[in-house]
Amino acid sequence: MIIMAEILDLVKVKLTSNKNFEDITYSKITNYDCLEIPKEKLIETSKILKSDAEFDQLIDVVGVDRFTKANRFEVIYNLWSNIHKARIFLRVKLDSKNPEVETLCKTWPSANWLEREAYDMFGIVFLNHPDLRRIYMMEEFQYYPLRKDYPLMGIPGAVELPKK
Amino acid sequence: MEQENPLIESAKSQHKSNVKQSKILQALETEDVRAYFEDALENQLVLNMGPQHPATHGVLRLLVSLDGETVVKAVPDVGYLHRGYEKLAENITYHEFIPHTDRLDYLSPPANNVGYAMAVEKLLKIEAPRRAQYIRTICCELARIASHLVWMGSMAMDVGALTVFLWGFREREKILDILDVLTGVRFTTSYTRIGGLALDISDEAIGMIKKFLNEFTQNLNDCRKLIERNKIFVNRCENVGFISKEDALAIGLTGPNLRASGVKRDLRKDEPYLVYSELDFEVPVYNEGDTLARYYVRIKELYESQKLIFQCLDKLPAGPIDAHNTKQVLPKKEKVYSKMEELISDFMIVNFGNLPEKGAEAYFAIEAAKGELGFYIISNGTGYPFRLKIHSPSFSNIQSLPIMLKGCLISDIVAIIGGLDPVMGECDK
Repeated sequence: MIIMAEILDLVKVKLTSNKNFEDITYSKITNYDCLEIPKEKLIETSKILKSDAEFDQLIDVVGVDRFTKANRFEVIYNLWSNIHKARIFLRVKLDSKNPEVETLCKTWPSANWLEREAYDMFGIVFLNHPDLRRIYMMEEFQYYPLRKDYPLMGIPGAVELPKK
Repeated sequence: MEQENPLIESAKSQHKSNVKQSKILQALETEDVRAYFEDALENQLVLNMGPQHPATHGVLRLLVSLDGETVVKAVPDVGYLHRGYEKLAENITYHEFIPHTDRLDYLSPPANNVGYAMAVEKLLKIEAPRRAQYIRTICCELARIASHLVWMGSMAMDVGALTVFLWGFREREKILDILDVLTGVRFTTSYTRIGGLALDISDEAIGMIKKFLNEFTQNLNDCRKLIERNKIFVNRCENVGFISKEDALAIGLTGPNLRASGVKRDLRKDEPYLVYSELDFEVPVYNEGDTLARYYVRIKELYESQKLIFQCLDKLPAGPIDAHNTKQVLPKKEKVYSKMEELISDFMIVNFGNLPEKGAEAYFAIEAAKGELGFYIISNGTGYPFRLKIHSPSFSNIQSLPIMLKGCLISDIVAIIGGLDPVMGECDK
């Protein structure tokens, strides 16, 4: 656990000494560290985390719909380092009207399906994604079911059934 | 010179717009696949496998582009078992979601119960007492043995060995009988409660577990004798479905599949939860990265699980099984019927749910039989979760299929899917 704290300190120093990364904020999710990043700096930060801090696996991408007026959507990345046995979370806030963020497929290929899931459920568009299709719902489905304004019982007629 | 007929031209363009190629076919026919085939019409064959195929272990659908019998590219299509559990979870209380976790990885329900309950406990900042933690560890390991036995049987059946299937299921049946006595239900256990367990472990259950484990080594060795020296089985698994260490890390594999590629990643050792830090066990790792290595990792894990349960039974402490917290933990039924305070707290928890802090967030992951099973919960202070994200290991494991399938023969597809051990209930959520 001491090693993990040291690694995180290194990352913090590396990020904060650089003027580009002044607007990164730190928080805690239970016992894990969480970095909140403006979405323009996501790619740069992810590269630093992969090459210098050796976070070699992207475990999960969590989409969140806060249902607020500004910054309605959020994406949370769950990173794991097999070398330091440490976990860190990245949080990116997105606009309400057109939620868009750069894909992390080039840094961690596992982002491919994880981001497709967030796109399918929330309509968050991942720019430059190699294969951005729906993953759970059918291709012709037009809504984003995990958004808070999508009713629990579904929308009648959302799925076209074959005619009798 | 022949003049192009405008009528034919318009008909052609209309035909083009009418024939809408589905997006999954477009994903299959990428640049590299098109470049591979000199004359696509002569060589290429697109094969649809599933969703109703006995070897895909559920409702996995694969679209395979074939050159003769060699796979050029494969595109998995998931979602045929999507039930929208994350949406459902946002509209029920924390306790009401426990039965739904049984249906995620339906081969090891107790492990899912434990993972979910511990994530909620992290959110509420409570902890189950020692005895409950030991019993939870026993449940997790029993679930791992049951899941691996089903995997061993069905995978051997996929490559043609039918007897192991029957012998493996016979052993698993004994675990279901144990769960029947231990939890009251054979299959969908819903055994954990937030902050504790539904029932205490009985002497009868302990006796059954000990009897099962004492016979287990002999029975497992019998199964192994049938296939490990069997030339057909070994030839169909060796060097099939190879994935390198770098690829396995990049694509996000977890669990036994990753350990078969030479990465020692086991959350029981790396982020010890429950009582694993006090127990003595090894993490088997193989470097080959093929289906046979995945087989051996799981077989070795079965022996380790057996060792772990023996240790837990030896060390099992006395004491309560529920955390002492009247606001968050359901009281026992006999007290609800006879005491006023307990009746009130039971009424409050059942009607309004557990109330975490406003804006609290928690992530908790366990090493389930298939890999890292994680729950990310965000609360807004009400009795319902604001967002509950399930990270299912099978989802990431199936994502690696295109890499493993590339260049293999069509008959190997079955062995590779079997060796990967996907469960669609968990993948599709």
